[in-house]
Amino acid sequence: MGVLIDLAWTIGKILVLVIPLFIAVAYMTYAERKVIGWIQLRRGPNRVGYYGLLQPFADAAKLLMKEIVLPANANRFLFVIAPMMSIMPALAAWAVIPVSGGWVIAEINAGLLYVLAMASLGVYGIIVAGWASNSKYALLGALRAGAQVVSYEIAMGFALVGVLMAAGSLNLGDIVRAQEGPIWNWFWLPLLPIFLVYWISGVAETNRLPFDVAEGESEIVAGFHVEYSGMAFAVFFLAEYANMILISGLATIMFMGGWYSPFHGIPVIGADGLHWFLIKTAFFLFCYIWFRGTFPRFRYDQIMRLGWKVLIPVTVVWLVVESGMILATVPPWFD
Amino acid sequence: MIELIIFYVFAAVLLFSATMVITARNPVHAALFLVLTFFNSAALWLMAEAEFLGIALVLVYVGAVMVLFLFVVMMLDINVAPLREGFARYLPLGILVGVVMVAEMALVVGAEQLDVGLTLTGGGAADTGESNTRLIGSVLYTVYVYPFEIASLVLLVAIIAAIMLTLRRRPGTKHQDISQQVRVRKADRLRMVDLPSERRE
Repeated sequence: MGVLIDLAWTIGKILVLVIPLFIAVAYMTYAERKVIGWIQLRRGPNRVGYYGLLQPFADAAKLLMKEIVLPANANRFLFVIAPMMSIMPALAAWAVIPVSGGWVIAEINAGLLYVLAMASLGVYGIIVAGWASNSKYALLGALRAGAQVVSYEIAMGFALVGVLMAAGSLNLGDIVRAQEGPIWNWFWLPLLPIFLVYWISGVAETNRLPFDVAEGESEIVAGFHVEYSGMAFAVFFLAEYANMILISGLATIMFMGGWYSPFHGIPVIGADGLHWFLIKTAFFLFCYIWFRGTFPRFRYDQIMRLGWKVLIPVTVVWLVVESGMILATVPPWFD
Repeated sequence: MIELIIFYVFAAVLLFSATMVITARNPVHAALFLVLTFFNSAALWLMAEAEFLGIALVLVYVGAVMVLFLFVVMMLDINVAPLREGFARYLPLGILVGVVMVAEMALVVGAEQLDVGLTLTGGGAADTGESNTRLIGSVLYTVYVYPFEIASLVLLVAIIAAIMLTLRRRPGTKHQDISQQVRVRKADRLRMVDLPSERRE
C-alpha cells in the first residue's frame, strides 16, 4: 500500500511539472512568432483569440488532424519511434531540475552528470529520424546534427566541469545553494568565459539558429524531419522547444543563482522563490529568439571551427584560472 | 521484492538486446540494440548504487561512441547476404575469444575469494554515506594516479595517430584559409564608386 501511495505521489509530481512545461512550450512558439514579428516590424499572429493568444492551440489542433505520411521504403518502426526518442530525454532531464528550494522530483547526487547524459541522448531521435526516412535530405540533416551535437557536447561538458569545481558538488540543488546571495555572488561572474561557452554550446546543442544547419531550409529543405507530417512533426517541435527551456533552466541554475533573487537581502524584492527561476529562464528563452532574429546562419565548417578551436581552448584555459581562484579562496565565491 | 522484479526486467531486456546485437540482420538495428544494451546495463549499475559509473556509461558510450558508430553504419550500403557468409569461418575464433572472456570474468569476480589484495571491493558508498562520485574521484586521483595518467597518455597517442592518418595534403583541392579570411579589411573588398545621377529627360 505504501508503495502505491509513493508511486501516485511521484506521478502527481511529474504531472505538476510536465503539464506547465507543455503549456510553456506551446506559448514559447507563440512568443517566438510574436517577438520575431516585432523584430521584423510585423505583428505576428493576431487572429485567433485576443492578440492571437489561442494560436498555439489552433496549431496543435491543425497538426492533430493531419495525416501522418509514411514514406515508401521508410523503416516503419524506427520512423515512428524517432520522435519519441527525441522527446523522451528532453522530458526526463527535468526530473533533477530544482525549480525552487527543495522543489525537485528526484534530488540525486549525480544530477549534473544525469542532465548531461540526457542532453546527449536527444541526438538519437534526430539521427534515427534521418536514417529511417530513407531520404537524402533527411540523412544529410541527421549527419550534420550528429557531428554538431557530439562536438559541442565536449565544450559543454568542460563548461560543466567549471561549475562542478566552483560548487564542489554534482547535485543541482547544492550548486544553486553554493551561489546564495545577490547577483554578484552567482557563478556567472567568476566563470564568465565558461558561462558564454556553455550558452553558445547550449544553442548549438538544441540546433537552433545561428547553428541550425541540421535544418538549413535553404540547403536541405528541412533536414532530418523533412518526411514527417502531422503529430509526428509536432513531437519533434515539442522536443526542440522543451530542450530550449531545459538549456535555459540549466543556465539559470548553474550560472544565475537559480531561485535566488538578484536583490538578495533587501526586503520584498529580495524574496527568493520560483518566480525568480521563471524570470531568469524566460530571459534566456528570449535570448534564443533574439539570436534567431539577429544572426545569419553559420557555415558548417565555421561551426566546427568555433566548437573545437575556440570554445574548447577557452574553457580549458579558464579552468586553470578558476583552479587558481579556488586555491586563493577568492571571496565571495570561493571562501 | 519490487527491486528484484525491476532487476529481472532490466536483466531480461539486457540479455535480449545483447542477443539481438549479434543476430539482427540490419547493421543499424544491431547498433541501436547495442544502445539499448548499454542503457540497461547502466540501469543495473544504478540499481547497484554505482550511479557515477551508470551515468558515465550512458554519457560516454550511448551519448558519444554509439552516435559515431551509427554515423559510420548509416553510410554503409547495407547488403544483408554477404554479411552472413563468414559466420561458420569466424565461429572458432569467436568461441576462443568468448572462452577467454569468461575465464577473465571468473578471475575478476573470484578475486575476493583468491585474496589477491584488491582493496576496492565492497560497496563503499552505502557504508560511508558519501557520494559515489566523490569516492571514485578521491581514489582515482590519489592511489591510482599513475595508471590514470598513463591511460590518458595512451588515449592521447591514439588520438594523434588517428588524426595523422587523415592529415594528408592533396594537390588541387580548394580550401579556405580561415586566418586569411579573418584578417580581411574593408579596403580589400570594397570599392566606393561615385556614380553621377541621371538627368531627367
